[in-house]
Amino acid sequence: MKYFLNCKNAAHVCDKAQYSEAGMLSKLLLRIHIFICQRCRGYVKQNTKLTNTINAANLHTLCPKKKQSIKSKLREEIQKQQRP
Amino acid sequence: METLNANLWVDKYADYLYNYTIVRVNNVEVAQDLISETFFAALKSKDNFKGEASERTWLISILKRKIIDYYRKINSKKGRAEVHISYKNEENGGDWLEENAADLLDQNAEDKMENSELGLVILECLEKLPKQQAQIFKLKTVENYDTEAICKEFNISSSNLWVIIHRARKALAACLEENWFN
Repeated sequence: MKYFLNCKNAAHVCDKAQYSEAGMLSKLLLRIHIFICQRCRGYVKQNTKLTNTINAANLHTLCPKKKQSIKSKLREEIQKQQRP
Repeated sequence: METLNANLWVDKYADYLYNYTIVRVNNVEVAQDLISETFFAALKSKDNFKGEASERTWLISILKRKIIDYYRKINSKKGRAEVHISYKNEENGGDWLEENAADLLDQNAEDKMENSELGLVILECLEKLPKQQAQIFKLKTVENYDTEAICKEFNISSSNLWVIIHRARKALAACLEENWFN
């Protein structure tokens, strides 16, 4: 069993944690890792800040179905225009 | 000089236009309609695009007019019966609920506008990413899709997905550091 994460795995756990998809053990190992690794500490800080920023922005996206329907109508219209 | 590529409009700008609209009209269906109208109007008048502004800026200018038109239309339906009188400067007036609450509402509105500006900056940053990377990032982060569902839809493995997410997050963090926090 590996008790120490390398930086690549640490970043992976950190990414997963942003979506609440990291397990307890992984998160503990991440903590241990960033205790000794300054670079990854920086990444965790930056990544957490990004998550908070995105949450604060309260983003909305147009639903994929609607996008698809606008896209196909637009494509028809473009083809009509191209015909003389 | 910028040129137009209407085939890419929806993928590139639909979310940006949607965020711009939703805080201004506050109704999902109206916002969707305004956006599709905007794309069609843009396509019709694409010869007027002079390439001085970016594609997005040009689309927004059309969208703005659509939003104004929308408000004109609903206001004319009301019969223009609304007259706003401010009692604020008079001694005894001003006990209307709306007037008393005005400051609080303004504060909220300002916060909302600030947040929506942040949202637009985030989407601008995402426009710079490769198309699929941006799509996957948005599905995962904004729409909260399951990892599994995204992998199926794009036919990628979950480790592929996490690599894409990682790249998107790094690029986005750098872009925001430059364009929002500074």
